[in-house]
Amino acid sequence: MTDSALPMTAAMANRAPRKLVLNEKRVRSRYAAERRFRAYGIAAIAFGLFFLAWLFVTLVVQGYGALQQSKMRLDVNLDAATLAPGGKVDDTTLRAADYTALLRTALRDTLGVGSDRAQRREAYALLSNGADNELRRIVMADPTLIGKTVPVWVSASADVDTLIKGQIARDLPENQRRLKDRQIAWVDKLVADNRLKKRFNGALFVNGASSDPEQAGMGVAIIGSMYMMLVVLLTALPVGVAAAVYLEEFAARNRWTDLIEVNINNLAAVPSIVFGLLGLAIFLNFFGMPRSAPVVGGLVLSLMTLPVVIIATRASIKAVPPSIREAALGVGASKMQVITHHVLPLALPGILTGTIIGMARALGETAPLLLIGMVAFVVAYPATPFDPATALPVQIYMWAGAPERSFVERTSAAILILLAFLIVMNAAAVLLRRRFERRW
Amino acid sequence: MSSTLVLAVVLLMMLASFVVGRQRALATAGGHTRALHSRPPYYGSYVALWAAVPALVLLLLWVVVEPMVVDMVVRNSLPDDVRALPPDKLSLVLTIIDNLVRGRATVGDVPAYAKEAAARQQSLHATASWAMAVLVIGLAAIGFFFGARRIAPTLRARNHVERAATWGLVACSAIAILTTVGIVCSMLFETLHFFSMVPPQDFFFGLVWDPRFSAAGRDGSAGQFGLIPLLWGTVFISLIAMLVAVPIGLLSAIYLSEYAHKTVRAWVKPLLEILAGIPTVVYGFFALSTLGPLFRDIGASVGLDVSATSALTAGVVMGVMIIPFVSSLSDDIINAVPQSLRDGSYALGATQSETIKRVVMPAALPGIVGSVLLAVSRAIGETMIVVMAAGIAAKLTLNPFDSVTTVTVKIVSQLTGDLEFNSPQTLVAFALGLTLFAVTLLLNIYALHIVRKYREQYD
Repeated sequence: MTDSALPMTAAMANRAPRKLVLNEKRVRSRYAAERRFRAYGIAAIAFGLFFLAWLFVTLVVQGYGALQQSKMRLDVNLDAATLAPGGKVDDTTLRAADYTALLRTALRDTLGVGSDRAQRREAYALLSNGADNELRRIVMADPTLIGKTVPVWVSASADVDTLIKGQIARDLPENQRRLKDRQIAWVDKLVADNRLKKRFNGALFVNGASSDPEQAGMGVAIIGSMYMMLVVLLTALPVGVAAAVYLEEFAARNRWTDLIEVNINNLAAVPSIVFGLLGLAIFLNFFGMPRSAPVVGGLVLSLMTLPVVIIATRASIKAVPPSIREAALGVGASKMQVITHHVLPLALPGILTGTIIGMARALGETAPLLLIGMVAFVVAYPATPFDPATALPVQIYMWAGAPERSFVERTSAAILILLAFLIVMNAAAVLLRRRFERRW
Repeated sequence: MSSTLVLAVVLLMMLASFVVGRQRALATAGGHTRALHSRPPYYGSYVALWAAVPALVLLLLWVVVEPMVVDMVVRNSLPDDVRALPPDKLSLVLTIIDNLVRGRATVGDVPAYAKEAAARQQSLHATASWAMAVLVIGLAAIGFFFGARRIAPTLRARNHVERAATWGLVACSAIAILTTVGIVCSMLFETLHFFSMVPPQDFFFGLVWDPRFSAAGRDGSAGQFGLIPLLWGTVFISLIAMLVAVPIGLLSAIYLSEYAHKTVRAWVKPLLEILAGIPTVVYGFFALSTLGPLFRDIGASVGLDVSATSALTAGVVMGVMIIPFVSSLSDDIINAVPQSLRDGSYALGATQSETIKRVVMPAALPGIVGSVLLAVSRAIGETMIVVMAAGIAAKLTLNPFDSVTTVTVKIVSQLTGDLEFNSPQTLVAFALGLTLFAVTLLLNIYALHIVRKYREQYD
């Protein structure tokens, strides 16, 4: 070994020393390319995360203002002669009474407005169109107030609201502003008197549709979306689980099951608007179901959710080890008993996780709902799923198209509420998986 | 009796049958469960199934068929001169009758025959409802007695119930097929109807989209329904979206799977996937309220005329939405490339990026192409972003700053508002929908085929 090695080293020593690194410049550039490539990767990820952060920050910055609404404190004289002529205090008279007149009198007194009609009109414009409804609700809740002078908080108009929130510039020339100089002076006076301030905007969560931004709310949309989710849960979950059980446990591998399988995979990728066309042609035209009804929306969404449920259920049924099935079969259970008593309970967390994720996707879906008439101006709460309603994403779509400045912040707030629902649902899915998922 | 009430009665009867069947089985066995072939609840379910299933099937059929039959009878009983009216006048008459039946307000004066027809329809409907209630509840009772009479200790109740349950499972899995059949049939039917008014070649090869209003179609000035401008808009916007999504999605997938530390990956991957979970209407609003005006202002500051609703805005936002699709699918595919290929490359002295570019990417390319195609089909079918951010003017333009429109936008705009189901203005939406369905279906099948073929390659 050493004998043969020695002449070799001697021979090498005779030659000029060879450079270990052939071309430093080239290596440097290769390393630079390596660093550049990594930087591209980081930049790509940074772009994605930046966009995500930008989206959320924009929505929060635009939307948090809508949680508050400018309200006015007026000392309203609940005149018995106006409210209950002839001393009759019942629901019908109270509902039909002229609350606007009471509010306007109170406002005139507060601002010291005389009988000048232009001045009066400008003063009245400070009040929301729906303020009489708010006063009606107060009086009807407590009829003993009639005849007294009570301080009430009622909504100011959207123009006042945007002024208080600093969303319109005060220094524009008067004819380019929605509020005149005199009105701004009144607003400032009311603010100084502590009669006009921002308070929590409960109407946003409770009210139905309204063309006055300060009265518009998402109550109908939230209820409509809940009805739809109920329909999805009641139809997509049982049907999806049954289909998955059949495909996974009973079906022989043949052309029929292959066809079903290809079908399910394709249904999962069909554009959502196509489901809307299906709903329009089949549910509305053929079966004559009502337009704008949450039950139709729910059925369309459950057809969309079905593939998600089936795929998730099949995966979690597959994850149940065969030993469990064999043990149950071994003690004499029938195949159906094995499935209902053992396989499904063990697969349940996975099934529910998949269902919740599918429902979260359905909750945010808009396009198919546009085609079955969920774009509707619905003021009253739907009593049943067959009554007209809207849905959260559709409400967002409608508000996004409204021209008033005040609707921008309301749209953002609506989006935040929708996202909050989605986050809660996804977090529930993750928790369910963490808490109950078993590994064999 | 309303169908809901009948349904409730049948369900109550089903519950009662369960109890009775169970009791009866125990009674026939003299209280000894062991003498029975199956456990008592199976006997209960057996009777309940006999009571409920035929009755419910009849109820469902009745609810579907009855309105059609009543409609037909009423229509045939109209006076001959009314039935001979042209289709649009006739449909007006039918609408008036429908409004009368539902107790809605009608416009204009109502002819006597319409009032008569409405009254007839109401009385027919009332009779039919009673007939339905009697028949359905009677069938449920017959089923109940039939099932209950057959109960004996030797009856193999469990096997019967399980066979019925298996058929239930088959029916549920057939719903998936029925949905597809429903989609294809409903759209095909309306599309053929559309093609009977507008020749197919005018639709598929027409260069002008100008449908007019449905009222305008009546007086001879038919609209033009050229698909090409819409298809171009769709392709153009999808192309812009892909120019955003493919490089960013691919590069982030490469970084996350090849370079990133485990903890970084565990945080960044779910964060990026949030982008895919945000509802598209939110992206639409963002494009409309933030990105569109931003691009317009930037364009104005460099002297470009950027429309507030431009192909660029819609494309960029859609691209961002699609990033997670590209990245998570590519991530799977890159991870499926065997480590041995990388090790071989390192052994030859290649740097990591050289390995990725020269070895991993070529090996993963077919799968990545498949995932990009899936993303393309997603982009083509996307609706809300383009409805809100891309504009409504159908143009054949190459300028990304101009507003274009897409197939999905037109489906929405033709089908919102007042609908009339015999005007080409409404029916064209179904032809567009069928085209969209066919294109995305082919893309999906092809892409899934590529992805699956590729996955098997290294397994």
